[in-house]
Amino acid sequence: MNPVNYLYLAALLFTIGASGVLIRRNAIVVFMCVELMLNACNLALVAFSRMHGNLDGQIIAFFTMVVAAAEVVVGLAIIVSLFRSRHSASVDDASLMKL
Amino acid sequence: MSFPLLTATAALPALGAIATAAVPAARRTAAKWLALLVSLATLGLAVAVLVRFDPDYVGPKGNFYQLTESHSWIADFGVRYELGVDGIGVALIALTALLIPFVILAGWHDADPLETRSSRWRPTQGFFALILAVEAMVILSFEATDVFLFYIFFEAMLIPMYFLIGGFGDRAHKDGEEVASTQRSYAAVKFLLYNLAGGLIMLAAVIGFYVVAGHFSLQTIAEDGLPDMATSTERWLFLGFFFAFAVKAPLWPLHTWLPNAMGEATAPVAVLITAVVDKVGTFAMLRFCLQLFPEASKWATPVILVLALISIIYGALLAVGQRDIKRLVAYASISHFGFIIMGIFAMTSQGQSGATLYMVNHGISTAALMLVAGFLISRRGSRLIADYGGVQKVAPVLAGTFLIGSLATLSLPGLAPFVSEFLVLVGTFTRYPVIGIIATFGIVLAALYTLVLYQRTMTGPVKPEVSAMPDLRVRELVVVTPLIALLIFLGVFPKPLTDIVNPAVKQTMSDVQKKDPQPEVEAAK
Amino acid sequence: MENLIALLVVAPLLGAAVLLCGGRRLDAVGHWIGTVLAAASFVIGAILFADMLGKGAEEREMTQHLFSWVPVEGFQADVAFQLDQLSMTFVLLISGVGSLIHVYSIGYMEHDERRRRFFGYLNLFLAAMLLLVLADNYLLLYVGWEGVGLASYLLIGFWQHKPSAATAAKKAFLVNRVGDMGLSIAIMLMFAWFGTFAFGPVLEATGETSEGKLTAIGLMLLLAACGKSAQVPLQSWLGDAMEGPTPVSALIHAATMVTAGVYLIVRSGAIFNGAPDAQLAVTVVGAVTLLFGAIVGCAKDDIKKALAGSTMSQIGYMILAAGLGPIGYVFAIMHLVTHGFFKAGLFLGAGSVMHGMNDEVDMRKYGGLRKYMPVTFVTFGLGYLAIIGFPGLSGFFSKDKIIEAAFAKGGTEGWILGGVALLGAAITAYYMTRVMLMTFFGEERWRHAPTPSPAEPSVEPAAETHGEHAEPHPHESPSSMTIPMIVLAFGSVFAGAFFGIGDRFIHWLEPVTGHAHGHPPVSALTVTLSTVAVMVIGVGLAYAQYGRRPVPVVAPRGSLLTRAARRDLLQDDFNHVVLVRGGEHLTRSLVYVDHTLVDGVVNGTAASMGGLSGRLRRLQNGFARSYAVSMFGGAAVLIAATLLMRAV
Repeated sequence: MNPVNYLYLAALLFTIGASGVLIRRNAIVVFMCVELMLNACNLALVAFSRMHGNLDGQIIAFFTMVVAAAEVVVGLAIIVSLFRSRHSASVDDASLMKL
Repeated sequence: MSFPLLTATAALPALGAIATAAVPAARRTAAKWLALLVSLATLGLAVAVLVRFDPDYVGPKGNFYQLTESHSWIADFGVRYELGVDGIGVALIALTALLIPFVILAGWHDADPLETRSSRWRPTQGFFALILAVEAMVILSFEATDVFLFYIFFEAMLIPMYFLIGGFGDRAHKDGEEVASTQRSYAAVKFLLYNLAGGLIMLAAVIGFYVVAGHFSLQTIAEDGLPDMATSTERWLFLGFFFAFAVKAPLWPLHTWLPNAMGEATAPVAVLITAVVDKVGTFAMLRFCLQLFPEASKWATPVILVLALISIIYGALLAVGQRDIKRLVAYASISHFGFIIMGIFAMTSQGQSGATLYMVNHGISTAALMLVAGFLISRRGSRLIADYGGVQKVAPVLAGTFLIGSLATLSLPGLAPFVSEFLVLVGTFTRYPVIGIIATFGIVLAALYTLVLYQRTMTGPVKPEVSAMPDLRVRELVVVTPLIALLIFLGVFPKPLTDIVNPAVKQTMSDVQKKDPQPEVEAAK
Repeated sequence: MENLIALLVVAPLLGAAVLLCGGRRLDAVGHWIGTVLAAASFVIGAILFADMLGKGAEEREMTQHLFSWVPVEGFQADVAFQLDQLSMTFVLLISGVGSLIHVYSIGYMEHDERRRRFFGYLNLFLAAMLLLVLADNYLLLYVGWEGVGLASYLLIGFWQHKPSAATAAKKAFLVNRVGDMGLSIAIMLMFAWFGTFAFGPVLEATGETSEGKLTAIGLMLLLAACGKSAQVPLQSWLGDAMEGPTPVSALIHAATMVTAGVYLIVRSGAIFNGAPDAQLAVTVVGAVTLLFGAIVGCAKDDIKKALAGSTMSQIGYMILAAGLGPIGYVFAIMHLVTHGFFKAGLFLGAGSVMHGMNDEVDMRKYGGLRKYMPVTFVTFGLGYLAIIGFPGLSGFFSKDKIIEAAFAKGGTEGWILGGVALLGAAITAYYMTRVMLMTFFGEERWRHAPTPSPAEPSVEPAAETHGEHAEPHPHESPSSMTIPMIVLAFGSVFAGAFFGIGDRFIHWLEPVTGHAHGHPPVSALTVTLSTVAVMVIGVGLAYAQYGRRPVPVVAPRGSLLTRAARRDLLQDDFNHVVLVRGGEHLTRSLVYVDHTLVDGVVNGTAASMGGLSGRLRRLQNGFARSYAVSMFGGAAVLIAATLLMRAV
């Protein structure tokens, strides 16, 4: 199969993620959209790796996964504590840098 | 690989700072003693540096830096962890290490927490840790022979200084309750902004220097000579460096942060500013401006000399007009820094030796005067000259030490500052007679502001508010006596110091390719 | 023998250190320590003197090199001493008179709780003054020069609780500093032109230097001398300096420190010899001061201030003589020594009078004291006869020679200078007779002393007076005070004759200063006779005014000149208006400028930055999604730009 198709898919996923980040208010959804964008990047990296025949892209993809996992941990914790304090998960409610 | 003495001299106070900060809240006194011991141990290491230092050393390939250490650090940008000292650096390291124990002792009670605060509040630990941190950074900037490394410490010392100025001030009393000074945060921010602005311009010049030279190492330059620079490039880079140092030094008209900072800070911190931190500025002029950009330095000399001259006269005149003891000392310092800068840029051996001695002597004399002033202020809770009078009658020892500090400030012969001031004047005079003569007016003005200060605070009828003032306590005497002894010793016998400084000055003079003007009669023979 | 020279300085310095650092436990013996160390200095001086007399005239100079003081590339300052006949004369005068005044002070300061400190300062002064005259280079001389200034500052302001004393001390130091500036510029000139400032090389090099340069150095040295020796235009401090305790006035402000300017000029004789213009300036300064001091001395009612005016005037004579060159150097020093004796004696006498009169200084409240203080009267009287130049006494020999030398200068200058010196002699006789008559003769005006007169502002209402309203009980002072007065009176009587007859003093000093015999246009006998004649006129005038008529207790308003002279010929008013007021305005406006202009520029920049950032702040609304939009927008722009660049 033509690896360029994977790139199209990655671009599509990235766009979906980006518009989700911009449009949706719910913090959880925004968060998941960010994940989507990350994974789109991963897909693109792996595809490029395949295209160029070296392993650099795949290695970076692994790094990204690890970072994403860490980010999930921190991000979810923040969202949970936000929700606890103001009973809402809207990102627009958290416009001040304090609780 | 020998013992890294220079690193140790700086690392000890740095580690001491961390340890002091970590002392639990309840053990305040332990933190003080820890800080004092660390500073004394640092002094010991500085003495070791002095002992190991050989004034007549000539290194391989003309590298005159001694006790060098060199490690790769950020290889991609050619930044190296490179330390080394010449005579000027050694003298200033010794001065710094010498003054810090006195600063700590003098500020023993300055940062005791207020009763009302919670038990986890630890200002004392913070105060002493910050002082040690400043010491570490100042020592490192005297040691660094890598331009970028120097830049890092030059900037980093602003952070602890900012907190020292903004966080701790004189305790003003009003209606029996302590009130914080509103001017203090203004002074701290002003200090930071001025110095940051200078530092950022210097950063641009540092990067520019890298582009031209391809490395940051002064030792490489000492061995291989300066990189080729276009004249205009050299001048721009020189200005970038000089601006930062002139802010720090401080040179007129970039001086206005100093009176605010010194006025609002506690006396020990004020000593830290003017006697230690500001010296990095004048030191860097000698080391970086003159050695890296000799041609540009000569090009800028006339303007700088005039600015220095304005500093001398202007600072002295403003000191006469002050009503606040600490601001008066601050303006006096501006005048003295004018002398130092004038000596550096007069480009004569006498001027530069004098300027280096001046840095050391001014450090000691200002410390003596300012710390005694601090003791005085802490007794009465006011910085205004008009609130004092007749102190001599109630506290003769305090008044006596204050007088000696004042006399040192006005450069009385027999005390250390005279030697350096006269050398600077002579060194300037042989090349620029008019500037030398005008600068001599500074000595009359110095007598005016110090004696007016002494007269208004110490003599005359005893004011009721000061009538119960206690004389100096043992701790305070321990602070003042060695400083005064040193002032007298270096005034009578400055040879140990000049022996260290002379070869370094010779080196600088040959770097800028300047020769002393020859006396006419001898030349005729 | 050479190694003893340093001890001359070290002994009193040690005394100062011990007394000032020793604390209260030395209070009981402090004055003895001080006196013994001062006397030790004198004894060492005497030993060296005896040794010197044993040698031939050309081999008398001794040097001692202690250590290298400021060794810097091309700049060599040593701590080294040089003892020749000129220095020796000063050493004996300083340590001798100094020791006597230490003894006197034991009695005079008996009731002062800070007596130990007083002796510490006196010792400090001796050390600095000896350093000044023993130094072998100008920089070390400068140390002594400022050192005596410091000691003088401390001693004038000894009674610091009196604001007037503190102000006077500060004024003395400041005016002296102006003179010191001249000295330091002179040293810088020497260094720039000769590459050294040691006496030997500098004075040798004068032969190869142009006259213009020597004139410049000479004028700067003259400025220094004016400051230290209270010569016009820097004379204003000396009158105020009388706020200090009387022994201080006797030692520092009459016998020794104020003559340092004369020493400096004589020591630098080679420079002045090569610079006639500078010499002329010196003689003019001397002549003007001579009259200035004498006129001021006539108008003062404060006994010490009258004597201070007289000191100024007598030093004017010395400076005048020093400015005459080789024909005058020896006589300048000779008058300096005899003046040291009789003026110190006069001041000690004044102190003794004040001691017996509850520290009253206004002569209008004295009168008829000769019966109550016989010793003081006799010693003071001998000093008086010496200063007015009564034939046979010290002042007669030394002053007469100066007047003769002034005429010998030749030409119109010679006539003018000689005439001024003669006129000065007449005025001297007048004001000294006035002092004598008002103090020791006439009716006893102190019996019904009224409250201090408001018409005379220069008289302090004696803050240290013990019982201000009690009628004084004049009495003779204790023997510790009278013995020094008697010794000094001996000097006042016989020193002149000893020095003058057979030209002893000339032979003694000639190897150092050189000497040339002047040839006055009139014979020496004529000069002598006219000197005696003007003296008699002066005494007669004073007697007519103060001896035959009663002296009013409240000073009469007086003529314009009298009123001006009471205010030091308006010098202080001039200083006040021009320097003090002007300086105040200058500093105040500078403080304002610093605050508004220099700081304002920077703060203005800060304010405009603040305004700009206030606007930029609106962009930072805190909504995460709007940040995200700008981030994506920015990324899109970057990518577009990259692609575009690649396409191009």
